[in-house]
Amino acid sequence: MVLADAVPGEPLIIFKDVRLGFDEGDVLRGISFEVSPGETKVLLGESGSGKTLIMKLAAGLMRPDSGKIWVMGRDVTDMTERELLDFRRHLGFVFQEGALFDSMTVEDNVAFRLREEGVDEEKIETQVRQVLRFVEMEHAIDLYPADLSGGMRRRVSIARALVDHPAVVFYDSPTAGLDPVTSQTIINLILRGRDTQGVTSLLATHRVQDVFGLAHYRFDVDSGRVMPIAANGAPAAKVHNVSPTNVLVLRDGHIYFEASAEEFGRSSDNYLKQFLASAT
Amino acid sequence: MPEPTESPSRLSRLGDALKRWIFTFQDYVYLSFHAFIDIFTPPVYWIDTLNQMDLIGVGSVPIIVAAFFSIGGVLVLNTAAQLTRFGMASLTGDGVALALVRELGPTITALLVAGRNASGMASELGSMVVTEQVDAMRALGTDPIRKLMVPRIIATALMLPLLAAVGDFFGLVGGFVMAHFTLGLGAVQFWTRAVHALVFGDLVQGVVKPFIFALILATVGCYQGLRVTGGTEGVGRATTTAFLWSALAVLVSDAFLSRLFLSMYK
Repeated sequence: MVLADAVPGEPLIIFKDVRLGFDEGDVLRGISFEVSPGETKVLLGESGSGKTLIMKLAAGLMRPDSGKIWVMGRDVTDMTERELLDFRRHLGFVFQEGALFDSMTVEDNVAFRLREEGVDEEKIETQVRQVLRFVEMEHAIDLYPADLSGGMRRRVSIARALVDHPAVVFYDSPTAGLDPVTSQTIINLILRGRDTQGVTSLLATHRVQDVFGLAHYRFDVDSGRVMPIAANGAPAAKVHNVSPTNVLVLRDGHIYFEASAEEFGRSSDNYLKQFLASAT
Repeated sequence: MPEPTESPSRLSRLGDALKRWIFTFQDYVYLSFHAFIDIFTPPVYWIDTLNQMDLIGVGSVPIIVAAFFSIGGVLVLNTAAQLTRFGMASLTGDGVALALVRELGPTITALLVAGRNASGMASELGSMVVTEQVDAMRALGTDPIRKLMVPRIIATALMLPLLAAVGDFFGLVGGFVMAHFTLGLGAVQFWTRAVHALVFGDLVQGVVKPFIFALILATVGCYQGLRVTGGTEGVGRATTTAFLWSALAVLVSDAFLSRLFLSMYK
């Protein structure tokens, strides 16, 4: 699902000189970047570097002090809250702790947007079960968020974001606070979304493992498994026609580094090496 | 360079506090106005409204019944001696009915609901804010004011007058029980005087006051919840503040409303 305002081939997300500050000081000091259709852009940075702020600005949940943001051809900074509510129905957002509605069951959580749009109940049940199967949580359909583990809540949150196949999905630290095995499960789900639905993603994380998990693996539809991308010297994304994974590193409110995951992995920069060291 | 004197610093602090208070009140008025507009424009979440009516209305009945039964009895206990001294014990029903319907019914019902539900709204909505559920709602394209605040306002506005009426009735029952056993008043005498003491203006007061108090309780409770900052500690603060401010607003507005109704229905 892509808005009519999006021009084919043009970037789906554009940040232009975006600034945002609070009483304690400026957090974002002139951020500019673009995300192409089908691309997965990973925002990497220390805690407090502004990754979550960028996600929320892109979804129109916050407004910048200055600068412009376009998402799917629409100027998000120029829209009223009413217009943004309608606009956000075309986006998916996975919050850091899942942000599931704790008074609703898993089914009601995932069906929330569909019910708001007045979709027929029979169709809702089919779609909800389909997406819960996709995240391997169909068995928990009648449970409440309090009955789920952290990883399970994160998976349901992904299901809720993907249920009506949005063109753009924002993942805010989807693996934060999870053990390595569960984190890899979450990354695999994001891979599946990327490779089966062609989703354009902006993903914020402080884990370098997430970058390489997305850049070096693909979801094989035929076998239904996550498989490594064989490089053979060629850029990994092009070998199997997988959407590119690019990295944007934030530092002190600026973009410190922006390039492909491969170039990030080969970097000799001392600051970037600190991130890379945590992956070994 | 001369040393700065103490007075400007105190004035400056007072000025800052006043500015904060004005901005808070402005924000509250803006949020409430937004909610009132949403009441009259679709979609209105009627299922959520019915759920809130059950929570606020049906859920509050036991405490209203218990409280007013006691209040009615205490009213009679405190007035019985004076009325008997002047040989006017027969007017007990009048006094209880007028006190309950005009004042105690609306205000005490509002205070009880403020403690039970306004603080509950602040706590529930505040918890949703700090766990990003409200942001999630916005990200899914749903207006949280329309989904969360409007049903609570409608439910409270519909239920509080009914709760006040229930309170008035059980206050009279409590008053009668006390009057019967302490003053030997018969049922016919008590209830006849109670009913005939009330005029149209009293009944209007008894319905309009709780309606206005309901709007205050619901908007203050929801505002405190939706504007929470500071994590779980902030939720605790919001819960307490919601009760304090809604209770204070009810009591202050009661003074103005009582004066207004007295001049309208003299």
